[in-house]
Amino acid sequence: MLLPLGVTVLDAAGAGWATASALLLRPLVGQLLANTFLLIGCSVLCCGAIGTAAAWFVERSDVPASRAWAVLLVAPLAIPPFITSYAWVSLSPALQGFWGALLVVTVSYYPLVYLPVAAALREMDPALEETARSLGNNVPTVFIRVVLPQLRPALLGGMLLVSLDVLVEFGAFALLRFRTFTTAIYSAYRAGFSGAEPALLSMILLLLCIGCLCAEYFVRGKARYGRLGRGVRRGVARYGLGGWRWLIAAKFTGWAVLTIGVPLGMIIYWLAQPGDAATAPVGDSLADVAQAAWASIYLGALGAGLTMALALPLGILASRYRGWRVTLLERAAYLAQSVPGIVVALALVSLTVHAIHPLYQSTFLLLLAYAVVFLPLALVSVRSALMQAQQGLEEAGRSLGLSRIAVLARVTLPLAAPGLGAAAALVFIAVTTELTATLLLAPIGTQTLATQVWADTSTLAFAAAAPYAAVMAIMSIAASWLLARRFGAASVLVPASV
Amino acid sequence: MAALEISHLAKAYGSPAAAAVLQDVSFAVASGALVAILGASGSGKTTLLRLIAGFERPDAGEIRLGGALLASGAVFMRPETRGIGYVAQEGALFPHLCVADNITFGLSRAQRRARHRVTELLEMVDLPPSYADRAPQALSGGEQQRVALARALAPGPRLVLLDEPFSALDAGLRAETRRAVAAALKAAGATAILVTHDQAEALSMGALVGVLQAGRLAQLSAPEALYRRPATPGVANFVGDAVFCPGRATGGRVRCALGDLPLSGGAEGEVSVLVRPEQIKIGTNPASGGVPAVIESVTFYGHDALVALSVPGAPAVTARVFSHAVPKPGSDVFLSVEGAVAAYPPA
Repeated sequence: MLLPLGVTVLDAAGAGWATASALLLRPLVGQLLANTFLLIGCSVLCCGAIGTAAAWFVERSDVPASRAWAVLLVAPLAIPPFITSYAWVSLSPALQGFWGALLVVTVSYYPLVYLPVAAALREMDPALEETARSLGNNVPTVFIRVVLPQLRPALLGGMLLVSLDVLVEFGAFALLRFRTFTTAIYSAYRAGFSGAEPALLSMILLLLCIGCLCAEYFVRGKARYGRLGRGVRRGVARYGLGGWRWLIAAKFTGWAVLTIGVPLGMIIYWLAQPGDAATAPVGDSLADVAQAAWASIYLGALGAGLTMALALPLGILASRYRGWRVTLLERAAYLAQSVPGIVVALALVSLTVHAIHPLYQSTFLLLLAYAVVFLPLALVSVRSALMQAQQGLEEAGRSLGLSRIAVLARVTLPLAAPGLGAAAALVFIAVTTELTATLLLAPIGTQTLATQVWADTSTLAFAAAAPYAAVMAIMSIAASWLLARRFGAASVLVPASV
Repeated sequence: MAALEISHLAKAYGSPAAAAVLQDVSFAVASGALVAILGASGSGKTTLLRLIAGFERPDAGEIRLGGALLASGAVFMRPETRGIGYVAQEGALFPHLCVADNITFGLSRAQRRARHRVTELLEMVDLPPSYADRAPQALSGGEQQRVALARALAPGPRLVLLDEPFSALDAGLRAETRRAVAAALKAAGATAILVTHDQAEALSMGALVGVLQAGRLAQLSAPEALYRRPATPGVANFVGDAVFCPGRATGGRVRCALGDLPLSGGAEGEVSVLVRPEQIKIGTNPASGGVPAVIESVTFYGHDALVALSVPGAPAVTARVFSHAVPKPGSDVFLSVEGAVAAYPPA
């Protein structure tokens, strides 16, 4: 998992001090930093405000149809950001650049704030707010003095996830012609195979990502206020909004149009355009779409298989045994989350070109990249699935005369099976919508849905890209919907769109 | 502190009048008094408290505090303007604030900064001043409840509401916390309403005890009157163990299978007689002239024991005896009843 990290560091170190400082102390790097920080700052504020407000209204007010909003508000997670980006860019080229990037990031990632904040609001003891009111505070004051401080861990955690995703996102920004580290690394790589520049830029990106991750770890570890009591709770009281509830409902509707309506609407619009109306470099045919879809599914299935094959033993180890080796392993998996897909891909390119050339541009290498990128994601789900089988149940199995292996087969795995299935499905969705690593590592001639959308949109052939985008959106939304129905909305929290 | 008057209060949840939670509840609490409301879960006692606090609106009826109307069908004062302190079931201390900040939460900004009366209030609930800087998580359940009471008392409320404040505590802590809370309420001279499902708690803490059954106030009396002369057999059973036995009342006395007993209320003719198990004394000497009975079984509790008896002509009879004098099952004994008994129309 940490192999790409090491390779990147080695490549960067290989450049030598003089080259490194010459490459790093350029205005370009400064501009990239400014772009990245400005975008992160603005998008974190937008996502934080919108996610928190939406969560409060859904969980705490009598806004009409709150259950439906709860679903629609997380739906954008099922649409890959670069598809959203494609939709907006094809709507108006004026959206290229910072404002477009901010828009796309906000509509794609605000659920990362909405979900934890909504969960925290549900968890909160309603007696706290009631007590605060009986002590003379009105509703807005109670929100500021009591609710907000307790949302802080969830809010900060969500904001850091947004930051991390902004750092590692590639496709969406490339289509919007907004320069961040990922796009700069990509063009540096395309410009020439000299490993030094991409590797150095990767190093900066990695440092930023690790910084985000450490901050997240800190927030999660330190700032959790456990609920004090443990008795039964009443349902949460909802505040009456009066006539305002319809205004809020209207705002939710507008927001749904923005986040779901526009991406899906634009795909349908371009689908309806006659093929030759678009400047189509790739002559679309049904066969091409089917072939790309097949490639996506095939790679998705193999990728999910390999990732799960690696994650399962690690997960069993991590959930059943304690000790420094297991802890180290967990930390490594956690750290690996922060390695962007483009860095993994470049490291693997560099490794195969220099050391194991036969593997270069092989399907196996691509699958390996998927496994590295998505292992942390799979590991989290696998572990929580295995936790379903409480230790008490396993002990009961042992006391009834079963061996360790028999308990695993007859107690643990059957209990964990649905969760493991969900983990595999999650990795499958993630792989089929993956762009970056596929773009860099796919064997020549292999085209997936994602790379086709990329290729066509890069040449402004929006109508040509539409069928691929449509198939991809349908697959992703259907799979996420099935997952969410079975396991709850939080199960589609795909951490980073790599 | 002010007097509370409640008249004809009603509340139902869900679609129009689907499930009536409270119906026609009326009572008054004198200034400075502590009234305990006793009810099983689902009797509407928490709803009653939430209506008084202003967390819910009544469907009908009036709530007045110190003469001022707080809520009626038409009027509704927001909870933050009522000046009513509220202690929730598990204290509900703000987990992000230390003890002192919790206590001063309801005070003005200047008073918060000055930690106004924190030491005094901590002392009132019998906690050392050093607790001021602790986090709520570092306190035991009983200590959390005391801080919650101090917080409720800090702004000088006109009325304090306590919603089952001891139910989450284990037995030893419960008694101790009860004492501390009773003392603090007394020191503050607070008018208070305590809601509980624990009979002993209600009877020991309330100057008056009300029994809420299925949304109606079945009785409101002083603790002893409630126990000795419950308004209905239902209340009698709810407040404590009860033995009922058919009898015939004439001229202030009642004749039943347990003997000829003095009545504590006026009743004539066929009645059902209420005897508390601890009123029944068990003797072994036939010369004492008691009612003959046979010991069926004995349940031992420690300081006392419940003895099941079969008495000719009476339904199941149980007696409560001190545990050092427990008779053997199967032995013949003689029963007598001490004190007056209550009587009800036959069921």
